[in-house]
Amino acid sequence: MAKTKVSQDTGDLVLNRISKYYGDFCAVDDLSLTIPDGSFFALLGPSGCGKTTTLRMIAGLEEPTAGTISIGETDITTQKSYRRNVNTVFQNYALFPHLSIFENIAFGLRRRGIKEVKDEVEKALNLVELGHLSERKPGQLSGGQQQRIAVARAIVNRPEVLLLDEPLGALDLKLRRQMQIELKRIQLEVGITFIHVTHDQEEAMTMADTIAVMNQGKIEQMGSATELYEAPKTAFVANFLGQCNLIKVKVQSRSGGKVVVSAKGHTFEIPESRVSSSNDALLLGVRPEKLRLDDKGVNSIKECVVTDRSFVGTSTQYLVRTPWDLELVVFEQNDEGLHDLRVGDKVSLEWDSEHTFGLDGAQDVNAGADLDDDE
Amino acid sequence: MAFLHGATKSKSGVGSALKKRSLTPYLLLAPGLIWLITFFVIPIFSLASTSTMVRPQGAQIGTYVQELRFANYVDAFLANQEQYVRSFLYAGIATILALAISYPLAYMIAFKAGKYRNILLVLVVAPFFTSFLLRTVAWSQILGDEGPVVTTLKLLPFFDDSIRLTATPFAVVSGLTYNFLPFMTLPLYASLERIDPRTLEASGDLYASGFTTFRKVTVPLSMPGVVAGTLLTFIPAAGDYVNAALLGNPSTKMIGNVIESRFFAVVDYPTAAALSFTLMATILILVTLYIRKSGTDELV
Repeated sequence: MAKTKVSQDTGDLVLNRISKYYGDFCAVDDLSLTIPDGSFFALLGPSGCGKTTTLRMIAGLEEPTAGTISIGETDITTQKSYRRNVNTVFQNYALFPHLSIFENIAFGLRRRGIKEVKDEVEKALNLVELGHLSERKPGQLSGGQQQRIAVARAIVNRPEVLLLDEPLGALDLKLRRQMQIELKRIQLEVGITFIHVTHDQEEAMTMADTIAVMNQGKIEQMGSATELYEAPKTAFVANFLGQCNLIKVKVQSRSGGKVVVSAKGHTFEIPESRVSSSNDALLLGVRPEKLRLDDKGVNSIKECVVTDRSFVGTSTQYLVRTPWDLELVVFEQNDEGLHDLRVGDKVSLEWDSEHTFGLDGAQDVNAGADLDDDE
Repeated sequence: MAFLHGATKSKSGVGSALKKRSLTPYLLLAPGLIWLITFFVIPIFSLASTSTMVRPQGAQIGTYVQELRFANYVDAFLANQEQYVRSFLYAGIATILALAISYPLAYMIAFKAGKYRNILLVLVVAPFFTSFLLRTVAWSQILGDEGPVVTTLKLLPFFDDSIRLTATPFAVVSGLTYNFLPFMTLPLYASLERIDPRTLEASGDLYASGFTTFRKVTVPLSMPGVVAGTLLTFIPAAGDYVNAALLGNPSTKMIGNVIESRFFAVVDYPTAAALSFTLMATILILVTLYIRKSGTDELV
């Protein structure tokens, strides 16, 4: 594989208190963010959360209403998009339909006055493994191929930062999976900072080193995929990344590294380190795959009823109603321990304390849960 | 095609329903076909046969017999070379002027007009609500000796009082440009409007300044509109006679005026027919060359 590593240290991308207003509507609200040089960073959020606006401000396609953007030591806030060493892979690729694939990729190089483009273009084409298509027009390529050409067209310029705006949105599931792995490989190979905007939590978790979850123009939480999934700090993050059971509880005591809480006569334990609020009203969170259909542990709810069941291949998903009419989701792995329950069966639930987390109880239990996944 | 094929192949006594359906395409085509045959194909042949006729010695004016005299073409062409050249020259200049005026206009409507887009489009088409003749007569008023344009020009130091605009080539070309402007603007607008704004953003993202983006992305992508617009302007303008008749003088005659007077004033049908055919053939050749050259074959 061609050596395309860009080793010059360009410095971190820093967004300092940027806001963007469209009239009275606030798209991005006082957002600060540092994206380390060479990282694969994802901005994750539902449509309308301000993630694309943030990306477009980094690209120079929108100007922030307030705040500054800099790469390393250079302030690029007011720099025109064509002067920034930042390239974008657009949502629908935006390839130039009148130019051949070769000329599409050479476009950026030629604009910067580089005459000898052949080697660079071929290297970029080989990087995305489409060297044989250089004479075609974009219209003759499949969606997946166009997507890769869009990546090659951006990457050939060796930008300091590569922005990807929902680049896989138009591809079918199988191709999307394949491209996720492909993009990750390319990023490792060229070592450029990638900023990936997506509403697909799985996509963000698969590819990014660090994910920032955005909601209503603000960052809810930032961290690795594991951190966000296992220890969300808000109900929105808990619901938006995967599925989550949230139970309204009251704190009974906080001592010995444990927080004891209760709900409708049941008591549960949460490790104190996993409780992110000092309020007395909490939301106890536990992921569906962490629930067991058993009644041995410290944290258990007896006398529940199965109200729905669906088989999804690797697991069976149950909807279980607690005695106080709260519906909880339970995933059970399809292996030898399978209970194979039917709707109407009586069942008990239990889980380990270290798999729970406590969130501030003043939040909406359904925040981020019922969002339309499509644009 | 496949539809017809399938319908005729299923011959295993399917019943009248299917047979009826197989007639449908022909029935749908019939009105158009009959129209074209009656008003285009037959007249074209009649015109072709007229073009080689001769008036017998001593016969009445308007009486011609077929003698297959192809020399009619040579005679007609040689006698009117000047008008041919002038027609294509005027039409060419008018087309270029219309393009120069329409491109910024169409660009503005497509990219900058926002909510006023539809109003502006209506305004482009609005002149069509009045008749072509009236609009041209109006131009002779505007450009007339007492009209606003001449009066204003006379105030300027570089023109003396003898300046005239009516009955000049300038007036004819202005009339042509004006009358065919919507034919240029609408196809241009259609192709500009189809450009995905993200390709323009992508160009900016790839280090192209605004002007370079226009040159390297917008213009190439609007070429189908440019070709369509120039053809829609040039072809009718080359054969037009109204503008030259109303705004010109005897030395600005275009080939359309010659054909018109041969047909109606002189009643010399063979020459008029031969001139028409020569005009058609020339336009066809020019258009073919133009389309080849501009590389937008898919348009035709």
